[in-house]
Amino acid sequence: MRRTGIVSYWRQYLAISPFFLVFVGFNLIPVFFTLYLAFQRWDGLGDMKFVGLDQFKFLIHDPTFWLSVKNTIIIWVLGTFPMLFVALIIAVMLNAGVRFTSFYRIAYFLPNVTSLVAVALFFFAIFSSSNGLVNAVLHLMHLPQVQWLQNPFAIKVVIALLMSWQWTGYNAIIYLAGLQTIPTQLYEAAQLDGAGPVRMFRHITVPLLRPIILFTLIVSTVTGLQSFTEPQVLFGSTASVNPNSGGPGQAGLTMMLYFYHQAFDNNDYGYGAAIVWALFLLILLFVVINWRLVARSERRERVR
Amino acid sequence: MRRFKLGRASIHVVLATGVLISFFPFYWMVVMATNTTADIYRYPPKLTPGSHLIENIHRLLDSIDFFGSMLNTVMVAITTTVLVLFIDSLAAFTFAKYRFPGRNFLFGALLALYMLPTQLAILPQFIIASDLGLAGTLRALIIPPIANAFGIFWMRQYITSAVPDELIDAAKVDGAGFFRQYWQIAIPAIRPGLAFLGIYVFVAAWNDYIWPLIVLVDPDRITLQLALAQLNTAHGTDFSMVMAGTLLAIIPLVVIFGFFARNFIADATKGAVRE
Repeated sequence: MRRTGIVSYWRQYLAISPFFLVFVGFNLIPVFFTLYLAFQRWDGLGDMKFVGLDQFKFLIHDPTFWLSVKNTIIIWVLGTFPMLFVALIIAVMLNAGVRFTSFYRIAYFLPNVTSLVAVALFFFAIFSSSNGLVNAVLHLMHLPQVQWLQNPFAIKVVIALLMSWQWTGYNAIIYLAGLQTIPTQLYEAAQLDGAGPVRMFRHITVPLLRPIILFTLIVSTVTGLQSFTEPQVLFGSTASVNPNSGGPGQAGLTMMLYFYHQAFDNNDYGYGAAIVWALFLLILLFVVINWRLVARSERRERVR
Repeated sequence: MRRFKLGRASIHVVLATGVLISFFPFYWMVVMATNTTADIYRYPPKLTPGSHLIENIHRLLDSIDFFGSMLNTVMVAITTTVLVLFIDSLAAFTFAKYRFPGRNFLFGALLALYMLPTQLAILPQFIIASDLGLAGTLRALIIPPIANAFGIFWMRQYITSAVPDELIDAAKVDGAGFFRQYWQIAIPAIRPGLAFLGIYVFVAAWNDYIWPLIVLVDPDRITLQLALAQLNTAHGTDFSMVMAGTLLAIIPLVVIFGFFARNFIADATKGAVRE
């Protein structure tokens, strides 16, 4: 290719410029602006005031912030690990040569494209009152009723169930695509050696699926730790004080919801920015931990 | 191909149960939307569809400008999809098939940002949208999704394999300029890829909640998802009415998804497995 200076590439720069204009204006500048805001005090109207690390110092001593961290992590754990395990089981079954696979794939994927607001409203409707469907079923089975949207732990279970309903099928289909790349001969050879299904699962399926398991873990971590719509919609009508407080006992207050509450209910932009950076660091930490765990189990496998 | 001695029957029972769990919310939404709230919340509850759908929809339309908000969502979702498809595929084509100074740096920069959680930018996005006079307008919903890092990343991969270099070279020999190569060679070759990205963007725009919640400060101009949430806040105990709205809000998307599902799912999994 001839080098005749940058000007001769004007068509290429023109072609990527609409994308990069929005990219710089609505992504790049905002990310750095969030960092800048975390060192300011600002309500969005008056003058910004530089306060150094004050927002972060306040953050560390804010019990509500730590409650939101705790809630976020508990909801994420409850809504991710059982979900991914079930997804893997479903994928293995789908891969066992059953018919109607394309029907199953569509049926399992459908929850993932359904609006989160709609799903949250549905969960609200079936879990909310003591006469809701879930409690009616419990009553039918002579089990004690649960105040699902009152009890702090039950609230987290409901949010985790909601997440699981939306994401199990998606992850199962991702796993299925991975399983289909594993050569059948490996299983046949193992069978000849007398390996049972559990051993084949542990020593063939899981190791060969490792990169995809890591992918699903990272996607679940990034989306799960940013949960917002679930508690915001679930408690939109029940909280008498503030709809963005996360419900009774603030048990559904996630970090994202706390950020929203501080930034847009209280117009505390500086503190909101600090919360969202803390959330980012938490996501980063969990992604690195996932990465390490998966990489380490791979090394162990190799040594063996 | 029997890999596991689980037994055909038990596999089918488990998979069918999964399908029931997947479909149940849709069925129960229909049941709730077609009965009165009282019928659903008595013991034992009514478990089959009823005949009260029309009156539930009447109450829905009395309490909120439901179809106005749906029209807003339709306009936003269509405009966003068209803009993203054009802008992202043009940029992706450029990155996939052309070398120019700074190419690797620019692509690396957008990949790096792709890794960052989107919510890290949302507060300044609101401030910038307000400064530009966009807060409260539907245009505010259309602009940020244009810089869809996933879209451009996915498209670039797709174009690299779907558009042969020989085809581009032949077009060059014929004297086709850069933009004609994009329009006449690349676009026809990447139609299936555009269909996938289009549905992905459309679904995301239709379902988006947090950004409209933040930026649509004018209560008279809202999207479908905001209308649903407001309905719940104002009339949370009128479950039949809320579910009638929810049902109407998800039907269009379920239909569109059902229509394209096969290819869409195949393309959605390809990206993950390749990594």
